[in-house]
Amino acid sequence: MNVLGYKLPAMSSLIIWGALWEIVGQLELSFFLPALSDIFVTLTEIIGTPPFIKALKETAQAFALGTFFAVSIGIPVGILMGKNKLADEFLLPWVNVFLSAPLTALVPVLMVLFGFGLKAIVITTTLFAIWIIVLNTRAGVKQINPSLVEMANSFGASSFAALTKIYFWAALPEILSGVRIGFIRAVKGVIIGQLLISIVGFGALFELYSAQFLMTHFWAVLLVLFAMAFTLSEFLAHLERKVEYYASKR
Amino acid sequence: MDGIMTTTHAVEVRNVFKNYGDVEALHDLSLDFPKGELTSLLGPSGCGKTTLLKIIAGLLPATSGEVFVNGETVTGPGPDRAFVFQDFALLPWASVLRNVAFGLELRNVPKSEREAKAEKYIADVGLKGFEHKYPHQLSGGMRQRVGLARALSVDAQVLLMDEPFSAVDEQTRRKFQEDLLDLVQNENKTFIFVTHSIEEAVYVSDQIALLLPRPSRVSEIIRPGGFRHKDPDSIRRDSEYLDIVDDIWKSLRTYVE
Repeated sequence: MNVLGYKLPAMSSLIIWGALWEIVGQLELSFFLPALSDIFVTLTEIIGTPPFIKALKETAQAFALGTFFAVSIGIPVGILMGKNKLADEFLLPWVNVFLSAPLTALVPVLMVLFGFGLKAIVITTTLFAIWIIVLNTRAGVKQINPSLVEMANSFGASSFAALTKIYFWAALPEILSGVRIGFIRAVKGVIIGQLLISIVGFGALFELYSAQFLMTHFWAVLLVLFAMAFTLSEFLAHLERKVEYYASKR
Repeated sequence: MDGIMTTTHAVEVRNVFKNYGDVEALHDLSLDFPKGELTSLLGPSGCGKTTLLKIIAGLLPATSGEVFVNGETVTGPGPDRAFVFQDFALLPWASVLRNVAFGLELRNVPKSEREAKAEKYIADVGLKGFEHKYPHQLSGGMRQRVGLARALSVDAQVLLMDEPFSAVDEQTRRKFQEDLLDLVQNENKTFIFVTHSIEEAVYVSDQIALLLPRPSRVSEIIRPGGFRHKDPDSIRRDSEYLDIVDDIWKSLRTYVE
């Protein structure tokens, strides 16, 4: 970032907003916004405690399972839709409906169907993440160079080989950006699931802290969540940049 | 083996029709491709030459009619044919080595064996030292050399080339044409070569099938003979070469708007 000809160091905007937050917090304008330094103090206090570790484990487990299913179902379904017109016409309306549907409203239905445990939370997480992965994979497969498919056919590729050696790789840049957005949505999904279905994990911590007006605790957990989501998203963005060199030349 | 087939023709096309809906792309087309020779399919755009090539490759089904490769009916792609694509069709995410070995990879040849073979053909097409480069790091001409090496490495008897030099610059194109003459001489393969360039067809071909459009049929078969074994530089000044180029242009000019 350049301001008045000076190159500002990386993350300067983060520092400026942090400083602003600290000032507003110190003014004690609202109980809702405690000073950033207080939040960090609380953060160091709670981060190693057994309840926090337990919540982290529960959330991480549900998140990992939910995104695992979203990726392992979403990518093959997306490839199928991109390759097969019939499958595409059959599934596309549903994918679009679920992509824009207010999934939170569906959570009570999931509770009825799948109970109040981990299963329902994982399914909620998957439902938040999967649709964008399907759509992006489909888009990636649809723009594949038809010559590449003909080339594979001309050398006698089996349909499985064409899938794993051509379609998947040709669609990889789109798949990765779908997975990145899907994972960010999954963070939302897992917390909503934990808040609404059974009060466990970070959802339970949010519920507990906000009910007791422990705003520094509330923000501390939120910051941890932000940091983890940001790291994950940056990691996937890094993978995307690695395949960028061929994204424009397929 | 079909009884009526002779061994002197590597590929035989018999009464092939191809319709796209109401449009007749190929009309009752029959053509023989002598073994060990290069035959060009030459014609204006839209004359169905690429369609014919893809039917021979087994990539497109004919509406009716038959294609024989070494006497066997074509029902799909097979190891007896290899295809060179106009846009090269290289895997952008794979190195030159893997691209060249990719035909063998799809045929489940073990890694060390296929890479040894690929390295030989990479050297043959003049790309030694580029094995670990990626397609986007190569020029258009080099990319087509990769495509050619890939087709050669599967050791098919018939090489199908779809306007292989049309996407490279003029100088590279001339060099390619000269190299192609050597290849036909040394490789003992049958080449089927689609082009819309009259000069290119006359320069490289043992036999030229002139296709006329709407619907496509073979209007003439020309066999340039006299200058075939001259050295590459003098062919372009040979009077027979120039006459054939002129004759073909006379046949084709009425079809050019």
